[in-house]
Amino acid sequence: MLFFSFFKTLIDHEVTVELKNDIQIRGTLKSVDQYLNIKLENISVVQEIKYPHLSAVKNVFIRGSVVRYVHLPAAAVDVPLLEDATRREAANEARKRNEK
Amino acid sequence: MENLTISDPPPQHGIPPQGPPQQGGGGPMPQMPPPMGRPQQLPAQYFTTAAQLLDLTDKKLMLSLRDGRKMIGILRTWDSYANLVLQSTVERIFVPPGPTNPRGLYADIPVGIFLVRGENVVLLGEIDLDKDDEDPPGYDQADPELVKSLAKQRKADDQKKEKNKVKKLADLGFLGENMGELLL
Repeated sequence: MLFFSFFKTLIDHEVTVELKNDIQIRGTLKSVDQYLNIKLENISVVQEIKYPHLSAVKNVFIRGSVVRYVHLPAAAVDVPLLEDATRREAANEARKRNEK
Repeated sequence: MENLTISDPPPQHGIPPQGPPQQGGGGPMPQMPPPMGRPQQLPAQYFTTAAQLLDLTDKKLMLSLRDGRKMIGILRTWDSYANLVLQSTVERIFVPPGPTNPRGLYADIPVGIFLVRGENVVLLGEIDLDKDDEDPPGYDQADPELVKSLAKQRKADDQKKEKNKVKKLADLGFLGENMGELLL
């Protein structure tokens, strides 16, 4: 759930999503869900001439399973907070394992 | 929304997809108990597949499938796996510019109602109806039969190339994430 929460903090930021079929789509992150499905608004496609099917498209819903990378705006990432949350998550996991 | 932090509670499970998040007055609000002791954030169901697909319902969409096909139709039904039903669907076939045609070509082939299993969905795009009347830049509409045969030829060529590439990579010990399956 950590990455889900993390992506929630990036809502309304510009991101570039690279899909497993090499298309790169840049747009404003509008929504994300537990599967990391992503919704982008006001998209632009890097290398538009290669992907004519996206020329009339303004908003996209991208299925999480086809995403390869999400390029993040560095300024929007609070690294210490993320590190902190990661440690906490790891500690939680460890505790759960010990309880079993 | 600015108040979102990484430690926000994840959305509760088991909330069935339901009406539009916070629209208009009228109906009762969804039964979401406010989280104890923290400021009210966006409702958790705002971050669900259902909420994302809800605003695309009954709109004209471009659906990109995992095998590279592009369908255009009106989204009527869906679920949280992104299983979809499209109405008045056409398959749009593109042939990019190449030796056979200096400009790109495309054709629409009507296929009617389409039910798509979610795993085959790559992306769903809402079509800007203002831009929809024009041909995609660099592309002209052409006879479906011609476009079909050109696209078939092009696909066969591409697959051959891809197969070759995958084989060479495999000889070097590289295993791709989509071995031999051409994703376009």
